[in-house]
Amino acid sequence: MTVSLPAPAAVRRARSRSLLSRATEWVVERLLLVCAFVSIGTTFGIVAILGVETLAFFQQVPLFAFFTDTQWTPLFSDKHYGILPLLSGTLLVAGGAMLVALPVGLLAAVYLSEYAPVRVRAVLKPALEVLAGVPTVVYGYFALLFVTPILQTLVPGTEVFNAASASIVMGIMIIPLVSSLSEDAMSAVPRSLREAALALGATRQETTVKVVIPAAASGIMASFILTASRAIGETMIVAIAAGLQPKLTLNPFESVETMTAYIVQVSLGDTPHGSLEYQTIFAVGTALFVLTFLLNVVSLGVVRRFREQYQ
Amino acid sequence: MIMTTTAQKVEAEKVEKDIILDIQELSVYYGKFRAVNGVSIPVERHKVVSLIGPSGCGKSTLLRSLNRMNDLIPTARVEGKVLFQGEDLYAPGADPIDIRFRVGMVFQKPNPFPKSIYDNVAFGPRINGFKGKLDDLVEESLRQAALWDEVKDRLKDSAYALSGGQQQRLCIARTLAVRPELILMDEPCSALDPIATLAIEDLIHQLQEQYTIVIVTHNMQQAGRVSDYTAFMNMDADRAGYLVEYDATQQIFTNPQDKRTEDYISGRFG
Amino acid sequence: MSISRQERNLAGRRRGDRIFGFVGLGATVLGLLVLVVLIVDVAKDGLPNLNWEFITSFPSRRPGQAGILSALVGSIYMLSLVALIALPLGVGAAIFLEEYEKRGWLASLIQINIQNLAGVPSVVYGLLGLGLFVRLLGFERSLLSGALTMALLVLPIVIIAAQEAIKAVPPSLREAAYALGATKWQMIWHVVLPSAFPGILTGVILALSRAIGESAPLITIGALTFIAFLPDGPFSPFTVLPIQIFNWVSRPQAGFHDRAAAGILLLLAVLLSMNAIAVYLRNKLQRKW
Repeated sequence: MTVSLPAPAAVRRARSRSLLSRATEWVVERLLLVCAFVSIGTTFGIVAILGVETLAFFQQVPLFAFFTDTQWTPLFSDKHYGILPLLSGTLLVAGGAMLVALPVGLLAAVYLSEYAPVRVRAVLKPALEVLAGVPTVVYGYFALLFVTPILQTLVPGTEVFNAASASIVMGIMIIPLVSSLSEDAMSAVPRSLREAALALGATRQETTVKVVIPAAASGIMASFILTASRAIGETMIVAIAAGLQPKLTLNPFESVETMTAYIVQVSLGDTPHGSLEYQTIFAVGTALFVLTFLLNVVSLGVVRRFREQYQ
Repeated sequence: MIMTTTAQKVEAEKVEKDIILDIQELSVYYGKFRAVNGVSIPVERHKVVSLIGPSGCGKSTLLRSLNRMNDLIPTARVEGKVLFQGEDLYAPGADPIDIRFRVGMVFQKPNPFPKSIYDNVAFGPRINGFKGKLDDLVEESLRQAALWDEVKDRLKDSAYALSGGQQQRLCIARTLAVRPELILMDEPCSALDPIATLAIEDLIHQLQEQYTIVIVTHNMQQAGRVSDYTAFMNMDADRAGYLVEYDATQQIFTNPQDKRTEDYISGRFG
Repeated sequence: MSISRQERNLAGRRRGDRIFGFVGLGATVLGLLVLVVLIVDVAKDGLPNLNWEFITSFPSRRPGQAGILSALVGSIYMLSLVALIALPLGVGAAIFLEEYEKRGWLASLIQINIQNLAGVPSVVYGLLGLGLFVRLLGFERSLLSGALTMALLVLPIVIIAAQEAIKAVPPSLREAAYALGATKWQMIWHVVLPSAFPGILTGVILALSRAIGESAPLITIGALTFIAFLPDGPFSPFTVLPIQIFNWVSRPQAGFHDRAAAGILLLLAVLLSMNAIAVYLRNKLQRKW
């Protein structure tokens, strides 16, 4: 018996098939690379678009005035371009939200990580996450139509649009952000440290406050920073409930305007492309982007450090 | 009956010998799994007792039931009694916080807190509201743990800057700082090199003057070197640990009464 | 030098421990209580208005006749477009990162970049969309501009979920495919992707449920808030559910607020069913190795 060799035609077909498949591999890999680069392109696009329009803005408005002028009135006839009132409004609302979210979120994290029985935790943890999944416009409705009327009865003179109600509701919304990241940090604390404290006769509360929280401090700090960044960038709650009046005030019961709310306010109108008003939202957007970006970078850095802590 | 006379003899000896801890027919369960089955061990004051046996035989479980650390595992429960200074650790009113204060524990791996050397030792006295001179208490505890000379100039340094052996002695000093009446050690040298191990063994000898120690070890030479009494545990077909033999260490190593002990000591299994 | 019983104050410390536990439980439940109050409050005003006529009517200047049809259809169109754009891009990027370029500077650059993008405020994506899609590419304030903007916003979520799903495919399956003479892409297409599919699908649905609730970036690119017709293609003007709700909330008349409440109920119902589908699909399609 002789072994029959494949006919030349078949060999040629096989070779051309392997050529084809090699070409496919080459093309597919390039396509996938392009997909991966879309995310880089997004960052590049954000920086480029914000940069170009912001540069155009600063050709007409001096940088010094932008940072020191205490009025923000680009839409009035007497125009001022000082970011301070928007910044103060943003920080007032975000600060208020943090005042709600940090203690509540941290205590919830402590409960879930140190106290809750396994079954209770299995129910409460995902239930708490639901808070972060509710659309922000829903929270805006709740802030304006439920929380504000209550505030007005409790604190006479509270304006219809006020920083406080936006703060409270936003604070509730970001509780899961604080609690889940802080809980991760606390869970990363080795069991042996808890056992050491308990073996010395410490209560669970003492173990938590004196050992677990200090050991998880950087992770908890990172969660706070990340939450601050999220609160600063939050848009719809403040656009609905905090008002649209840029004001340099620390009174949470007055109406203010945040950077995000200003962008929404201008977008709802019909500002012509290329006008200074159009450019203002990019200048404000740049300030917002830089602020949140810095907070995110700091937070990621802190997290990276805390991961290495027990190695 | 022989059993009765032995039991009577044991009871008589307990009175004579000043028993600080009396484990009576103790069984420990994790859910349905029985990890320790009917163990009885009387521990004499100012003696060192070592628990030896093949791995998985319930030595650590038994040890952790002596300061109620097993309470931290939700499914764990015990049967039998552990009389500590005459009081049952598992009596309905017994407070695990109080028990853990009075019964100190040193763990397998050194587990200092991520704090300074000083704060590690001061932790126990602080949470327990110590009103005396903390500096003196810290110094005395570090001296007892034979660590003072090595760390006296850097008490504010992080405990993580110490070597493994120093960390373990720091953990011992931390335990001593609350002046426990009994100290449990769970394979305290298993993560250490031979030289650090010798230092800990010396320390155990010195501590014996003031403290009573129960130590789990997987190292038979160590049991021979440090302990006055040795309990040999084994496990049955269901992996439940039981006590084979408990006697003076010398007796266990030179003239074991049970064939299984002899086999284990001479290295035929385990 | 020992510590006295009195100093130790056991009873007080035990009480402190219990109180701390209760406070923690209270903090955990607080948010959930607010959520319940919110839903009850919305349902009280919204349920009487949530009927077939509301769903099938266009918005109106009279609160009593205002319906949500154009916003609902707009949301559905937009989600479909977002899925069409974000799914291939996100899965492609995830395959590249997991199967082709696992280590190296390029991989870590892209990885860090994705992490940072996930933290960029949504309104900034709106500015990107306004500058890039609406103006530069000239798509105007269309469904396409909105969908592209939203796709970029949720892309990090899709990529991260797809990466997790691909990571979970056991290496032995890859080796088996190679051992049969498969090329890399054949291995990925026939082995990795089918195995990772349930995880990817769950990630996409999660991304879409983020997209359906977002309104800030769409308002920023100039989506209209009053549309009395249905979009007829990707270049048509559009509105979506949260924008319509925002529009009604922002009006002074209480009649519109009730419409907003009804709209919220509809939005939450859609969200809930999307999540239920995700859970169902995950359980049904999950492979056991």
